[in-house]
Amino acid sequence: MNIVVCVKQVPGTMEVKMNKETNTIIREGVEAIINPFDTYAIEEGLRIKEQTGGRVTALSMGIPAVAELLRSTIGLGVDEAVLLSDRAFAGADTLATAYALSKGVDKIGNVDLIICGKQATDGDTAQVGPSLAEKLGYPHTTYVRKIEEIRDGYIRCQRMTEDGYEVVEMPLPAVITVVKEINEPRLPSLKNMMRAKKAVINVWTADDIGADKNLCGLKGSPTQVVKTFVPVHEIESEMIEGDAAEQAKKLAEKLMTMKFPVCG
Amino acid sequence: MNYFLTEEQQMIKELAAKIAEEKIAPVAIQYDEEGKFPHDIMKVLADSDLCGVYIPEEYGGLGGGILEMALVVEELSRACGGISLAFAGTGLGTFPIILFGNDEQKQKYLPDIASGKKLAAFGLTEADAGSDAAGVRTTAVLDGDEYVLNGTKQWITNGGEADVYTVVACTNRSKGARGFSAFIVEKGTPGFSFGKKENKMGIRASCTSELVFENCRIPKENLLAREGMGFIVAMKTLDRTRPGVAAQALGIAQGAFEEAVKYSKQRVQFGQPISSFQAIQHILADMAIQIEASRALVYQTCRFIDSGAKDFSKESAMCKVFASDTAMKVTTDAVQVLGGYGYMKEYPVEKKMRDAKITQIYEGTNQIQRNVIALELIKEFSKK
Repeated sequence: MNIVVCVKQVPGTMEVKMNKETNTIIREGVEAIINPFDTYAIEEGLRIKEQTGGRVTALSMGIPAVAELLRSTIGLGVDEAVLLSDRAFAGADTLATAYALSKGVDKIGNVDLIICGKQATDGDTAQVGPSLAEKLGYPHTTYVRKIEEIRDGYIRCQRMTEDGYEVVEMPLPAVITVVKEINEPRLPSLKNMMRAKKAVINVWTADDIGADKNLCGLKGSPTQVVKTFVPVHEIESEMIEGDAAEQAKKLAEKLMTMKFPVCG
Repeated sequence: MNYFLTEEQQMIKELAAKIAEEKIAPVAIQYDEEGKFPHDIMKVLADSDLCGVYIPEEYGGLGGGILEMALVVEELSRACGGISLAFAGTGLGTFPIILFGNDEQKQKYLPDIASGKKLAAFGLTEADAGSDAAGVRTTAVLDGDEYVLNGTKQWITNGGEADVYTVVACTNRSKGARGFSAFIVEKGTPGFSFGKKENKMGIRASCTSELVFENCRIPKENLLAREGMGFIVAMKTLDRTRPGVAAQALGIAQGAFEEAVKYSKQRVQFGQPISSFQAIQHILADMAIQIEASRALVYQTCRFIDSGAKDFSKESAMCKVFASDTAMKVTTDAVQVLGGYGYMKEYPVEKKMRDAKITQIYEGTNQIQRNVIALELIKEFSKK
């Protein structure tokens, strides 16, 4: 089984800094980690490979430094890593990202299954996986919590819903996005870490994958971010102590002094 | 401090540290409390290829030496000195095979140990054979193509959990220590059973048991080296594995030190963090000095051994004594820095203090180590 796992670099911190001119995330100089949801995608890819044989390729689009994160996926057991990196890709929204990734998948070729994390922890859109499937013309299932069966040309998986799960069958090739319930990601192994150290990370430009630059990056992004800001939390809170009756009394007194019409 | 580790050694250290932080630290207190053997952690170690770091490449290992083993033990012990012992105790049981096994024995046992499929243990100590190892009573008598073992080994690390045991028994009583021989005994051999599991002060996630041999018949091919070599097998093995105990002590001390520093910065008394008080600062500084000195001695001893040195009993004993005495002092001081909280089981340092104690006792008490060191010194000086 030929598996591609999509991996995104996200800031390893909650304090995300934005570029005020382009309204995009500043990724330079910030500790970068693999999007935590993607680590489950990698693990699932490796497990399927162990079961069916084949290859796992990690695919990302990003700045050149992402190559080092991709290297760490080889330490986990991924066979090969591909980074799509080109100035033309800069400022991409989810549509332009999905387009570039789809061209990358085309170039990798003969792919049976693409696995993505359910969403990235920075943008939280959960759009790239499904968009990638649409661009490729593959079926897709989101929020997969278990793969019940996978074989040549066929996958049956459990899709998590709010009150249970659905069982979805699809022909392959297909795209799935996975939730953290699906597995427990492994740690790297020494032999794979050594392989990773020497591994060549393939870096492909827009030309390499035959992408139309008008559909890439800012140019290819219909999403226009007009303004971004970090919300300021100014609400003052106060804990009211005591047992329930005491608390209710104190709360009522407080509300009465606040002159809310409803309490009047 | 930069110890100029090779890229590979650095990787081993980082990987072991990652396992310690992510997998061991969260369960250390629970496993200690329950005395639970860390099968799950050993599986993680096996999957990460760390089990074979000190085993030659031709037998499925990584081809490293004592330093590689020590790096793993140190990092695992930072999180738990008991859990790390499943790995370190296997090293102790494996070195007799690495050092004295013939090719057939190595082919048979080392690959499974290197892959983490099997654990090993070393059986020397008996009720009457502690510091005086020559007091071994367990016997092995050749009967046709088999040796018949009888006797009881005591306080054996990994006892009952290991699959492969290297055991020292007496084959010729009249020859004293020269009448000992070393054997490989597999778990499941008829006549080989395990006695009670000990209830210990520390290293409680490690399993310590009796090995009981009652007319246990093993093929004569399981003899290591030759008859009469048992004492030498044991001593040469212990010379190589003492730095492992030292590394365990070093890791325990490092872990306790880190907890003490972290706590001292959070704990506020008299309106400021206690780390701002000189009384605490000096304790922390002393801990750091002793740990670094300990690490320098342990790593250098490992390198000395790995360089192919012939005689290193003294250095091996020195690093074990120094690192274990340091661990006892540092962990005790860590409890002091944490004060009342340090004495409570909810905090991790009292466990480290309990774990540290054994490193002054096993694989040769520190008093016996000082005998070894002094004897070597006197020998050296009488040559001059």
